[in-house]
Amino acid sequence: MDIDAAKTQSLIDKHRGLKKNLIAILLDIQEAYNYLPAEALRQVARAVGLPLIDVVGVATFYRAFSLKPRGKHTCLVCLGTACHVRGGQKILEEFEKQLGVPAGETTPDDRFTLETVACLGCCAIGPVVVVDGEYFGHTTLRKVGPIISRFSRAGSRSKPAPRARRAPARKTAKPRGRAARKT
Amino acid sequence: MIDLVMNGLCVKAEEGWSVLETAKFYGLEIPTLCHREGLEEFGGCRLCLVEIGEPPRSKLVTSCTYPAEPGLVVRTDSNRVWSARRMMIELMLSVAPGSKVLQDLASRFGVTRVRFAPRNEECILCGLCVRMCAEQMDGKAISFQQRGYKRKISTPFDLRSEECRLCGGCIYVCPACQLRCQGPHPDTTLCNGCLTMEPTCLEHYDDLQCWMYDAGRCGTCVRDKKV
Repeated sequence: MDIDAAKTQSLIDKHRGLKKNLIAILLDIQEAYNYLPAEALRQVARAVGLPLIDVVGVATFYRAFSLKPRGKHTCLVCLGTACHVRGGQKILEEFEKQLGVPAGETTPDDRFTLETVACLGCCAIGPVVVVDGEYFGHTTLRKVGPIISRFSRAGSRSKPAPRARRAPARKTAKPRGRAARKT
Repeated sequence: MIDLVMNGLCVKAEEGWSVLETAKFYGLEIPTLCHREGLEEFGGCRLCLVEIGEPPRSKLVTSCTYPAEPGLVVRTDSNRVWSARRMMIELMLSVAPGSKVLQDLASRFGVTRVRFAPRNEECILCGLCVRMCAEQMDGKAISFQQRGYKRKISTPFDLRSEECRLCGGCIYVCPACQLRCQGPHPDTTLCNGCLTMEPTCLEHYDDLQCWMYDAGRCGTCVRDKKV
């Protein structure tokens, strides 16, 4: 993806170029480019009035930021205690084998980024795998292949679609339930 | 003036002094690594730990960052302080066994073993170089990056920084990356070439106040009790 200085500047201006909004600015840039390009970080440092090293320090500190281009789909494998005792490590190894990259790397075709996470807070359904915000509980070695093929078949455009479809459905479901209880 | 008790002595400290500065003024030696005059205090090396409060409820604090308070009871060389310092030296030595400063400290404090796997790095993350660059050299070329076990000091993107003027201030203050002396055991994790073995003091004082030797220098009594 090309680095557009004007686009980066508009994201900085959105947060009025303030030092206290540094993380918000970086998050927006991360969303726009899928990673934090070095050129954009330089521009942010200049606009916000911080030394470049401090901006880079913040960008490398948080797991949410990445200085390397990420794949279209982010695949998180939980290795927390509960998932670990249920075989999270084996799930990760299966993902590494099928995607052909070690944890923390992106596949050569830029489709998947494989990452590990310490705990997602839903240990009851462990081992957990999260792809683009979609949770897959009780993952087994056999389910790894279908999860990958589901996202590699869907391509990039269908990524926001399931979220949009799911969100309004939940909203309408709730009042209906309450109304049913009242009557 | 602030009145406080240090190793059982009533001492006076100026307003704004830290415990470390007060101890230094009275000639009580406290080892430091990440402290340097002219730079902001960091409290990272934990070598300047002192015990404050009365023993059952005493706690260890870094004297470089702790301000002198009225009525404070400080012990700079108690058994607890010494064992904590020895532990810190041992940990730092396992990270950077190539440092002469650390090897000398180990000999002085009687650290005779290192129980951790050596990592042979040249950095103990004391942050002296970062502060030197930012505060004295006005450079802001290096700083901490990453976090946890990946934490390191580097330039942006690990490339040469445009703000670096190659002044060498960072190397000048570094306690870990200078060459080790070619002593008796130069390649081991722990050299102990300068370890004093002869007993200079046979009585045990918990606060090391025998005053027969330079305060806190000999340490034989505490060392013999513990190890």
